[in-house]
Amino acid sequence: MISLNELEFHYPDGEFSLRIPDLKFETGESVAVIGPSGTGKTTFLNLIGGIVSASAGKVMHDGTDLRSLSDPERRAFRIRKIGLVFQEFELLEYLTVLDNILLPYRIHPALRMTPALKARAVELAAEVGISHDLGRYVDQLSQGERQRVAICRALLPRPSLILADEPTGNLDPRNKGKVLDILFSYVEREGATLLTVTHDHDLLARFARVVDFSRFHAETSEQLSPPDGAR
Amino acid sequence: MREVFYLATRYLSYHRVKTAILVTSITLIIYLPVGLRVLANQSRAELIARAKVTPLLLGAKGSPLELTLNSLYFESEVPDPMRYAEIARVDSSGLARPIPLYTRFRCRGFPIVGTTLDYFACRDLRLKSGRTLALLGECVVGWEVAHRLGITVGDHLVSSAENVFDLAGAYPLKMRVVGVLERSYTPDDRVIFTDLKTTWIIAGIGHGHQDLTNPATDTQALQKEGSTVVANSSLMQYNEVTPENIASFHFHGDPRDFPVTAAIVLPKDEKASTLLRGRYLSQKEPVQLVSPRELMHDLLATIFTVQSYLIAAVLIVGLATLATAILVFMLSLRLRRREISTMVKIGGSKGRISAILVSEIVAVLVLSVLLAGGLTLVTSHFGSAIIRSLILS
Repeated sequence: MISLNELEFHYPDGEFSLRIPDLKFETGESVAVIGPSGTGKTTFLNLIGGIVSASAGKVMHDGTDLRSLSDPERRAFRIRKIGLVFQEFELLEYLTVLDNILLPYRIHPALRMTPALKARAVELAAEVGISHDLGRYVDQLSQGERQRVAICRALLPRPSLILADEPTGNLDPRNKGKVLDILFSYVEREGATLLTVTHDHDLLARFARVVDFSRFHAETSEQLSPPDGAR
Repeated sequence: MREVFYLATRYLSYHRVKTAILVTSITLIIYLPVGLRVLANQSRAELIARAKVTPLLLGAKGSPLELTLNSLYFESEVPDPMRYAEIARVDSSGLARPIPLYTRFRCRGFPIVGTTLDYFACRDLRLKSGRTLALLGECVVGWEVAHRLGITVGDHLVSSAENVFDLAGAYPLKMRVVGVLERSYTPDDRVIFTDLKTTWIIAGIGHGHQDLTNPATDTQALQKEGSTVVANSSLMQYNEVTPENIASFHFHGDPRDFPVTAAIVLPKDEKASTLLRGRYLSQKEPVQLVSPRELMHDLLATIFTVQSYLIAAVLIVGLATLATAILVFMLSLRLRRREISTMVKIGGSKGRISAILVSEIVAVLVLSVLLAGGLTLVTSHFGSAIIRSLILS
């Protein structure tokens, strides 16, 4: 379970601050985070992922308070427990598809590269339909294929939490569906939690819960209930 | 660390053009001053080594440097000749032993050096095959001459015509190769040695022809007055010395007036050397006695002054290039901020990410150092040849 308690974050320019008094996400829950641009959705994901540190409050991951961890500890925690998916994919152009998928295992000593792992990366690529692209560079792939590579990279360490920041933002409707299918399939299979920031209201029906950020930054502590029609 | 190097090499090989430009620039920054230094040291050793074993040189007045370079390396401009009498004068002084050199002629690009057998002892030259010079018209070739021209004992070499349009000039002489020298790694490897008298024959001072006193050659005689016979143009002149015609070879004129280019002078001791040098200080002397060692030191002092300026200039350019390379790295880091940020967000450790970036720099530096080292090795291997071709030709 992930819980946020009396969380405060102030941007360095001081013009904007985010306050989230209480918010909980159950293990295996899939949550859509919505709201207009500039309401702190991405910051919210960064706080949960320990990418940025809150000014006050707690971010608890199954009993571990991220704020109590040092920066190296938070990085080690993140690379093992949290899978990140970005709108712009954030793949490394100079690596092949396979190397991009294996990237987390090359940038932190907490994860060790093994032959079995490579086999699993190939398996994962096959699962999302990019097995024939493993030796290609990412600039040779379509947008949809790139996002699938990014998802494989996020899922390879078997994270218990997936933070996806507008993962379908740059995709056509067919690929949007595919990408969500992959994420939901993983959540279902591994019992992981999925938090997805999205502007695409057509997709909200697929999530168990929707959190609307449009009122969050105005010092409210309201945990929003799913909108009408959302599961 | 394997993962770190893997990512670093992937980045460098993907951006291979940028990497190649960086490596080339840094290689040149390292190689140019080091290579120049190696070349300079080799040229110093090359120039000094030969001068060291040549205590004094006697030659016609003129450029002492030209005299020294021609007498030691047989490559530069041939100095004005001096009379053979000057060599006899040194010999008769009892202060030193002279070894004559006549370097005017060439054969297929290699110098023909007319000298005496003393030269071989003086330079410690040993025969690889054949024998040493014994008769007129014979030659002994250096290792490189034999190697490059594919010559062995028993073959023949023909001296080059000096001027093909000069009908009255000296005709080429066909010389028999009687010996090949062992490789000495000195300019002697590139020389065709022959007896001094043989070079005089090439010069046209000596020659061989049909015996005009023989009644059988009466048809070649234009005029006979007592012992003076004037031959017509049908008289056969020999362009090769053979056992059959060697007796017909003779010289016209006083041998004291015959030309030589220089003489290596080997004084008996330091005192003899000083005395001898004193004798040739007069302005009236038609010849000069120079110390190649001193001359080379002066030459090297000039060369190394120029070289130190050159190295200073190269270092300044190198520093500027290095600054540019650092700027390229820094700009590259700026351009890769997003990539680095992605690695941080995913959870990459600070140490690993830094190590990857540092490894890229280290890999470029190591590659550059290896290349510069390789180039320096090549320079040191071919340095002597480069020096000879640059300085002496």
